[in-house]
Amino acid sequence: MNSIAELFQYSFFIKALVAAVFASISCGIIGSYIVARRIVFISGGITHASFGGIGLAFFLGFEPLLGALIFAILSALGIQFFTKVAGVREDSSIAIWWSLGMALGIMFVFLTPGYTPNLMSYLFGNILTVSTSELWWMFALVVVIILAFTIFYKPILYIAFDEEFARTAGLRVPFFNYLTITLVALTVVLNIRVVGIILILSLLTLPQATANLFTSDFKKMIGLSTLFAFTGTFSGLIISWWIDIPSGASIIFTLVTIFVVIKLVKHFSK
Amino acid sequence: MNPLIQINDLSAGYNKIPVIRHVNLKVFDNDYIGVIGPNGGGKTTLLKVISGLLQPLSGNVEFDKSLSDKKSIGYLPQIKNIDKKFPITVFDVVRSGLMLNSRKENSANEKQKVTKILEESGIAGISRKAIGELSGGQMQRVFLCRALISDPKILLLDEPDTFVDNTFEGELYEKLQFLNEKMAIILVSHDVSSISGHVKTIACMNGGLHYHPENQITQEQLDNYNCPIKLVSHAVRRKTTKNYEA
Repeated sequence: MNSIAELFQYSFFIKALVAAVFASISCGIIGSYIVARRIVFISGGITHASFGGIGLAFFLGFEPLLGALIFAILSALGIQFFTKVAGVREDSSIAIWWSLGMALGIMFVFLTPGYTPNLMSYLFGNILTVSTSELWWMFALVVVIILAFTIFYKPILYIAFDEEFARTAGLRVPFFNYLTITLVALTVVLNIRVVGIILILSLLTLPQATANLFTSDFKKMIGLSTLFAFTGTFSGLIISWWIDIPSGASIIFTLVTIFVVIKLVKHFSK
Repeated sequence: MNPLIQINDLSAGYNKIPVIRHVNLKVFDNDYIGVIGPNGGGKTTLLKVISGLLQPLSGNVEFDKSLSDKKSIGYLPQIKNIDKKFPITVFDVVRSGLMLNSRKENSANEKQKVTKILEESGIAGISRKAIGELSGGQMQRVFLCRALISDPKILLLDEPDTFVDNTFEGELYEKLQFLNEKMAIILVSHDVSSISGHVKTIACMNGGLHYHPENQITQEQLDNYNCPIKLVSHAVRRKTTKNYEA
């Protein structure tokens, strides 16, 4: 059997490792926000709706991640619009956009002539095929998220915790809500290649759930989730290579295992 | 003397349906008004309009020039609307009361202010705790600190006496009496008898508002003000408690 050290000679593996670092940072920060604010379900809606954009991009022949981004932002705004303006109940409007995006995606893919070989990699992710240009985009995202959460840390946290109070204090709540939901959409889209549409929700919630076992301080939660996200992604990657299974699924399974083991240890050591 | 707040023929509500109608009220320096009324009578709605959360459907709220700054209104919302599992520390919750000057003021200065107000309230020891770990009384103290840290001229309190034990209730009213020397207070409660000894005046809120310029009110007066709440039951309970303690 090949040794793990040997893996580091391959450029595809180094790229996967860099992608894992970027994914862990972006999902560590954005995931903590999503979990704290209880918008996991909205994020799930945005993620799945983005599949419509991937289908459209296949059909018209442009970059799939650009299509995903357009649909992700449209669905984020659409969910807000349905809920706040049209008066549809929030969970219902999420479900509408969630399923509409998936349906459109399947329709476009079906209408596209020929075979679409890497469709599976968008649904389930394949960190081993991440390209250099995708890595640059992920790097840019990480920089933008870190900047936004450093400059606006307090208003983002205060609004997430108690939006009404933030409004009485005169904070520009709508601006920050649009900013954060855009960052959520960007994070989802740029991490699709790592774990895929169907599995990305776990990278945004599992490390946070594990971190939450140790701390209830938002800042520490961000740090710890990033750490757990990387631990899970890296070990998942190694395991996927070792027993030859798809990386996305292996990463998620590792993340779940980490959470369950720590939870059990904490439970029984009390 | 100019009123701090003057409410003129105000109607407000949700989805264009008014909950409160044609309300007039003047709030002066050092006023201490207890707003009472039945559920759905519009007590919280009134506070929301004053704090700027809700736009009036008609009429208006005029603020004195000294209140032009949003920081000069301190707001304690109902605690039941707070997400108690949110990963945030007591320290950060209290600091969020300073959110408007958060960019101008340096953080050392902010930290000092938070530490000071936590010490004054006797809860410095829990500053690193998550809000989910607190008791009802502690949580109420924390949110009161958040409302007070910006040195407001008016303090709005929405049912501060729910979820707290009798000891904290006593402490709370003592503290409010002390604060009242520096600021006007508007206190919303569903419980007439527990506030009537503490506030200076009473406003009965049930769709319309009836101002009662004294701090004691009889059942007959409540009925006249079209304010269907019961005085008796609670008074009896409190009396019994007092006898028991004695």
